[in-house]
Amino acid sequence: MFKEQIKPAILSFLILTIITGVLYPLVVTGIAKVFFPKQANGSLIYRNQKPIGSSLIGQPFDNPKYFWGRPSATSPVAFNASASSGSNLGPLNSALAETITNRIKLYKAADPNNTAPVPVDLVTSSASGLDPHISLAAAFYQISRVARHRNLSQDTVKKIVLQHTKGRLMAIIGEPVVNVLEVNLELDEYKK
Amino acid sequence: MNWFNLVQTAIFLSALLLLVKPLGIYMALVYEGKPAGLNVWLAPVERWIYRLSFIKPDMSMSWKTYAAAVMLFNIIGIIVVYALQRLQAYLFLNPMSIPAVPPDLAFNTAVSFATNTNWQSYGGETTLSYLTQMLALTVQNFVSAATGMAILAALIRGFVQKQVETIGNFWVDLVRSTIYVLIPLALILSLILVSQGVVQTFKSSAKVALLQPTKDADGKIISEQTLALGPAASQVAIKQLGTNGGGFFNVNSAHPYENPTALSNFLETLAILLIPAALCYTFGFMVRDRRQGWAILAAMLIIFIPCLLSCIYFEQKGNPLFDRLGVDQNATALQPGGNMEGKEARFGVTSSAVWATATTAASNGSVNSMHDSYMPLGGLIPMWLMQLGEVIFGGVGSGLYGMIAFVIIAVFIAGLMIGRTPEYLGKKIESYEMKMASLMILIPPILVLVGTAVSVVLPQAKQAIFNPGTHGFSEILYAFSSTANNNGSAFAGLSTNNFFYNLTLGLVMFFARYWLVIPILAIAGSLSRKKVVPATQGTLPTHTPLFILFLVMVVLIVGALTFFPALALGPIVEHLMLGGG
Amino acid sequence: MSKSQKAKSLFEPSIVWPAIIDSMKKLDPRHQIKNPVMFVVLIGSILTTGLWLQALLGYGEAPAGFILAVSLWLWFTLLFANFSEAMAEGRGKAQAASLRRVRRDTPAKKLLKPKYGSTYETVSATTLRKGDVVLVEAGDFIPMDGEIIDGVASVDESAITGESAPVIRESGGDRSAVTGGTRVLSDWLVVRISANPGQTFLDHMIAMVEGAKRQKTPNEIALSILLAVFTLIFLLATVTLLPFSIYSVTTSGHGNPVTVTVLVALLVCLIPTTIGGLLPAIGIAGMDRMIQANVVAASGRAVEAAGDVDVLLLDKTGTITLGNRQAVDFIPAWGLTVESLADAAQLASLSDETPEGRSIVVLAKEKYRIRERHILELNAKFIPFTAQTRMSGVDLGDGRQIRKGAVEAIEAYVNKLGGSFPEDLKSTIESISKSGGTPLVVAEQTRVLGVIHLKDIVKGGIRERFAELRRMGIKTVMITGDNHLTAAAIAAEAGMDDFLAQATPETKLKLIREMQAGGRLVAMTGDGTNDAPALAQADVAVAMNTGTQAAKEAGNLVDLDSNPTKLIEIVKIGKQLLMTRGSLTTFSIANDVSKYFAIIPAAFVSTYPALATLNIMRLATPASAVLSAVIFNAIIIIFLIPLALRGVPYKPKPANSLLRNNLLVYGLGGIIAPFIGIKLIDMILVVLHLV
Repeated sequence: MFKEQIKPAILSFLILTIITGVLYPLVVTGIAKVFFPKQANGSLIYRNQKPIGSSLIGQPFDNPKYFWGRPSATSPVAFNASASSGSNLGPLNSALAETITNRIKLYKAADPNNTAPVPVDLVTSSASGLDPHISLAAAFYQISRVARHRNLSQDTVKKIVLQHTKGRLMAIIGEPVVNVLEVNLELDEYKK
Repeated sequence: MNWFNLVQTAIFLSALLLLVKPLGIYMALVYEGKPAGLNVWLAPVERWIYRLSFIKPDMSMSWKTYAAAVMLFNIIGIIVVYALQRLQAYLFLNPMSIPAVPPDLAFNTAVSFATNTNWQSYGGETTLSYLTQMLALTVQNFVSAATGMAILAALIRGFVQKQVETIGNFWVDLVRSTIYVLIPLALILSLILVSQGVVQTFKSSAKVALLQPTKDADGKIISEQTLALGPAASQVAIKQLGTNGGGFFNVNSAHPYENPTALSNFLETLAILLIPAALCYTFGFMVRDRRQGWAILAAMLIIFIPCLLSCIYFEQKGNPLFDRLGVDQNATALQPGGNMEGKEARFGVTSSAVWATATTAASNGSVNSMHDSYMPLGGLIPMWLMQLGEVIFGGVGSGLYGMIAFVIIAVFIAGLMIGRTPEYLGKKIESYEMKMASLMILIPPILVLVGTAVSVVLPQAKQAIFNPGTHGFSEILYAFSSTANNNGSAFAGLSTNNFFYNLTLGLVMFFARYWLVIPILAIAGSLSRKKVVPATQGTLPTHTPLFILFLVMVVLIVGALTFFPALALGPIVEHLMLGGG
Repeated sequence: MSKSQKAKSLFEPSIVWPAIIDSMKKLDPRHQIKNPVMFVVLIGSILTTGLWLQALLGYGEAPAGFILAVSLWLWFTLLFANFSEAMAEGRGKAQAASLRRVRRDTPAKKLLKPKYGSTYETVSATTLRKGDVVLVEAGDFIPMDGEIIDGVASVDESAITGESAPVIRESGGDRSAVTGGTRVLSDWLVVRISANPGQTFLDHMIAMVEGAKRQKTPNEIALSILLAVFTLIFLLATVTLLPFSIYSVTTSGHGNPVTVTVLVALLVCLIPTTIGGLLPAIGIAGMDRMIQANVVAASGRAVEAAGDVDVLLLDKTGTITLGNRQAVDFIPAWGLTVESLADAAQLASLSDETPEGRSIVVLAKEKYRIRERHILELNAKFIPFTAQTRMSGVDLGDGRQIRKGAVEAIEAYVNKLGGSFPEDLKSTIESISKSGGTPLVVAEQTRVLGVIHLKDIVKGGIRERFAELRRMGIKTVMITGDNHLTAAAIAAEAGMDDFLAQATPETKLKLIREMQAGGRLVAMTGDGTNDAPALAQADVAVAMNTGTQAAKEAGNLVDLDSNPTKLIEIVKIGKQLLMTRGSLTTFSIANDVSKYFAIIPAAFVSTYPALATLNIMRLATPASAVLSAVIFNAIIIIFLIPLALRGVPYKPKPANSLLRNNLLVYGLGGIIAPFIGIKLIDMILVVLHLV
């Protein structure tokens, strides 16, 4: 009863391996290449034919003239896109409170006049460490600082922010977010 | 809780329920070998597979032969996955020149994927070559799921057949599950995911210049970002559909390349529950009483929905410590608010909590947020859903057959309470079925409790804890709850990539899967041999709200009574401490 | 029904005292190991006793007084469980003792040749073996179970049935079995012994009530498995608490690890001791209730199976109908008055002593005021019924010859005398047959006078009983030798679901087999030897005690009252047995919720003061909380002994509402009751300054 099954077991394993492990990914890759070449290769942003980022992967910013993204817990460097990672800090972990306190200080130091409480997504690390987005609240919180450092009106900055804001899917699903890298690129280009 | 929380949840559940019936009927027809479109057009492929592998599709197997075939096929799978990881350095499709995986980690990963657990001790993009991801992991994502579905098909036959010694042919069930159900769904899903931005390429990585160069931990200037790429979409689709959950990247579906948009997230979440939910309908369809399928689905939802809402509630309420520090975590039109530590901005609290609940209710285990950073009770929900035995949706196939084990226990107690030898779907439930069903509900708790107990005492195991205090206890409890129920999600702070955890968690996953497979097939065999008892007025109907509630109570009571002390010392006390300051 | 074996009041001193002593004896580990749940309690009791001794020596993990209190209550838990079992056995034993008094060593008259009048030797009954033949005369006790091969006698069977009226026993037919220990009141019997000593019906009965032969039934085995699994789960949940607690103490930096005493207390509270302790008592009490209903079961399995019956086969005669047909109407031929027919019919029946004959006389008198005349004053000659003529009647002194009989017989009689059968009566006859009645034709020489309508009378109240069975989900099937038409009419009148007409032993057997193949569990009652094959085939077979030895051996239950509707009683008892087990299991597990809320905060509050929030019952101290839970767990067993012995009441209802009711009482009740109970005990402990 057992022996008779050995041959089918090995052979069917081989055949299913070829179907699911070789044919299936190849077919998907092939179709993707034809129909969604940009998305399949990482949604890269090009300037002068050179890739300068991905619209899906965040980058680290701490210059006050840029919008800052979500804190990243990747190592050895923030936004290390070859080793994604979250902080995994528990809610009662004193390290979490400490990190958050430090992040708040950074924001306060960079923009002492802004007395509003810091939006939560600006001081909590993202799950992937690569989060390209921040909430609208987080973007608006930074507008005054960025505008001041760039000598732009807050309205101009806000307009740029809203240009790179993605609303909810069908106005319901997901959360509205601002793409930090895209906003910052636009800001740099706007100056020119 | 706010309006968006509820509406998003409602839309998600409605979409799920809408798909249950068509997919459920389709799968039933596939298993019954009746024409259902695809299985007509692809019939030559099916026949070729049989011919090439010397499978006699008409030969029905005794439960023992069926079990032998299952075990044989799975052990081959474990060996192949292990071998590919050990040899990947010498094989092709390894553009990043990743070295061989160490033996303990390779063992853990091999068992993890063959058992449909997909516990990640490995870090996807840094540990495995593309060849390993494709030939080892993607293959197992399909066949481990198909194994679960095949076993369920055999069990359903046990209810349908009358006085027959056999329960069907494993190879046929396996092949049909793979080529008629899993591949078509995965193909569709992966293409939609690519359109949203999930990467699908054999290029190893892309290098981009950083807009603002930064410094690493050592103070070195970094001006370039390396983006890990790869054939992710094809694997992500099946890991979601097959309740596998093993990510292409380390952070799984929190990674923007695995799950870039609200739509991709919605579909990936839907894919987690799709097949397990639809199989309930398949069950009802095949036993010729669709109410029975709806009843089980209802029981699952009765547990699932409150869990889902509480998880959203606790995460949305946020962390009281944040308030004290001067952080704005209120939900407004401009931000979702809530506990955003370990969550992605594009998902916010709702989509994260829905995923966390779905992925642990089903034994998927993929994540789009870091469960370790959840609020104590927000994190208790996913942990407890696993501890319930992965029967609220559960794994594809395995969740429903686990639930049927609970139904057998419930029917037995209820039968006694009305003074009648219990029967379910016309089959008498006797001491043999009770013995096997008891074994099934016994094994996972044993593995969870003993594994946790050993780990909180051994110094080398305690070292792995990341978060101090009670949360550290929760990390270990979560790890064993996850592996002993073949889920695979983690409180990822715990560093489990070491000899102790690779070995113990590997063994736990192995026993949790296969020690349940044998008893359920034994039940299938024993049920097949029985005659069908016609229903009378004295027969307890198993589709009524009363029975559904009773079943829910049995699942909850067994789960709650077993784990209440452990949970009290973990998340519950952590929550109480949070409240007390 | 039973008079001598009336149900004893529950806590009768003559049973309670020996039971208390027995419960001590049952502490023997060899006895306890048969019941895994209680064995765990035993281990826990021994362990805590050891811890107490250790504490006395000054090395205690907790105050000695606390450990002693916990330990004592664990021992009480065991004793209470043993007590329930001993009580059930005690009640059985009391019945066995009264039965044993019947089994006296009587002298027996062993015949040398198996016929009346042969010489006999007087031997002790205990030396008799199967096949021996004995003579029993008026005043003698029947020495052993046997089959009458000659003679007719009235027998006093009150010792077994409790029925004081003597019964007739005779050779041949369906009343040929006699039971050892009963007494012949008149005449004599020649009896062939059918059992060896120790295997008689009485021995069997005694063994059953004493529980000596008790084997676990299939459902009991399945339940034991479930209880063992729960025990194992809770064992793990508590044992692993020790490492969890050690970890918590290390990480939080205060408090002490949970003590073994508290863990043992928690374990005993969690494992299903209530059902585990009462399980043996429930089984024994179920058998006991059967005996009280005057039914002897061959095994516990039969009692349990009775609760599952789907189909009930019943003989028509004597069960559904009164056993005799009665005249209900006179229908005269065209041109004749009803009175003249009634008069002739009465004359023809005056000497007919059959119940049908008497009913004709009575009907004529009551309905048409025709005075009953004496046959002698008419100078008449009674013509009895014979198999050849198939008629009976009377020849009067004035030359009139009146006959009554079946249609064919009378038609032949009239035709022979040159008359003819009136066509108009044919349709009357047909309509009587169709309605399930029997037409009896009356003729005077060549003239047919009319028809008497004889009807089967369905027993009063039987319809309601069948309706009750239907509510239980049991289908009733009538078995009769009557033709299809008659059977259908009577079945409809009695409210039965189905019938088998013109039944023979073969068709009965076939019917049972077909139903079983369809997955149904079939019960039937029978008494005759020709019922034996069907009885043997049926899943639940109730043989009448008045029946033949063959029928009794084929049945797995014997009804001492020989009451065919006893099956309803039997089904109820079977269901009660299962329900009591199921309800107490649910109750037992539901109890655990409150015990967690009592013990978990108590056990860990020193490590995590925040856990005090979980002490929702606001129990006074950790010690009082643990103790209250343990005490509640022990005394609930005592409180539930009456329920275990009497059984959960059963009312015929659809399965769903039955489940709902029991879940509300034992499930919801099981969750709520201990919260109240534990709080009360805690308050008492505080008032008494015990903690």
